[in-house]
Amino acid sequence: MNADAASRAGYRRFLERRSFIEMSARERVRAVLDPGTFREMLGPFDRIKSPWLPLQGIVAQADDGVVLARGTLQAKPALIAAIEGAYQGGSMGEVSGAKIAGALELALDDCARGRLILPVLLFETGGVRLQEANLGLAAIAEIHAAIIALRRYVPVVGVIAGMVGCFGGMSLAAALCTHLIVTPQARLGMNGPEVIEQEAGIDELDATDRALIWSLIGGEQRHATGFADDLLDDDADAIAAAVRKAFSTAPASAPARSMQVERYVELLRNIDPNLPPDGESLRRLWKRGSPP
Amino acid sequence: MEKIQYDYSARHIVKQRVHVGVVGSGDLEVLLEPSPDARTHVLVNTSVDGFEATWKNVLDRFFARFQGAVSIEINDFGATPGTVMLRLAQAVEGLGA
Repeated sequence: MNADAASRAGYRRFLERRSFIEMSARERVRAVLDPGTFREMLGPFDRIKSPWLPLQGIVAQADDGVVLARGTLQAKPALIAAIEGAYQGGSMGEVSGAKIAGALELALDDCARGRLILPVLLFETGGVRLQEANLGLAAIAEIHAAIIALRRYVPVVGVIAGMVGCFGGMSLAAALCTHLIVTPQARLGMNGPEVIEQEAGIDELDATDRALIWSLIGGEQRHATGFADDLLDDDADAIAAAVRKAFSTAPASAPARSMQVERYVELLRNIDPNLPPDGESLRRLWKRGSPP
Repeated sequence: MEKIQYDYSARHIVKQRVHVGVVGSGDLEVLLEPSPDARTHVLVNTSVDGFEATWKNVLDRFFARFQGAVSIEINDFGATPGTVMLRLAQAVEGLGA
């Protein structure tokens, strides 16, 4: 195949791809579940929405920005929670957080009784919803606890596609997942770039420098440094296949990342805070799967 | 934030419900359900105050053509009239699906 034909084939593959990033949360859930099995719980017509936003002059969305659905993955019962990044930055309020936490806890009950439910989280979130403050943070803590309890029974699979990314307390939820899937467009970090610039100054981080941001917290970097397990193109079918594969492969023998405290303490020891590494040198220091 | 309500006469019964859109910047969500009576009811929650006349124009024009008896809730986050029309058309299109 000559270069022209190769580039034409690549172009065709690109055109045939269904973008996962461009989908709404509800479309994403449908794209991941087995076709025809999508069954939404607490959907928009149940109108379980934020009681706090209208009090602050903000229009509330009927599902509070979280889509919960049951369905199947390769014919096995599954639960998917997806966050709508276009609504309030995918922020976790009292209701949206409680929807995810409550669903995970019900899945946990089922798993404890020997009925395995495959849990999937589709992240697209700036973290806690500032307007709902502690109520959102409490819900996020419940989500963390539920993920840790659930992953003893079944892998908890997370996806960060972009373009919001996954920040704040929900970045911890993503880090607690057994298996994390990212795209190159994804970002994963505790503090968002704008927050860091605002708090520490533009000398610390220029939030408009996209190349810099992605070199530090982008999907490729998080994959290269071992914080994400799969790096995939923005392709709904590839992501759906990777979710299935994460459940069908044997559980990893290594303890969860969040249990490898010694390893990460050791990796942090290699870093001089006065000479913080750039993305490239961090990749060399924290190469994927590098031993403690 | 403003709440606006309108009623329209209707010609035929609608049995399905449809949800489209998102309460995101410049966008809106539409919840369309069967009406409890034979009329059409529209409730608009909008983040932008002072556009009551514009809403009335847009909705009058839309319900001059669409005659189904529906209850519609619109949660608006600063959508332009064009976007409102598109979302309403998308919701009605969903009735056929």
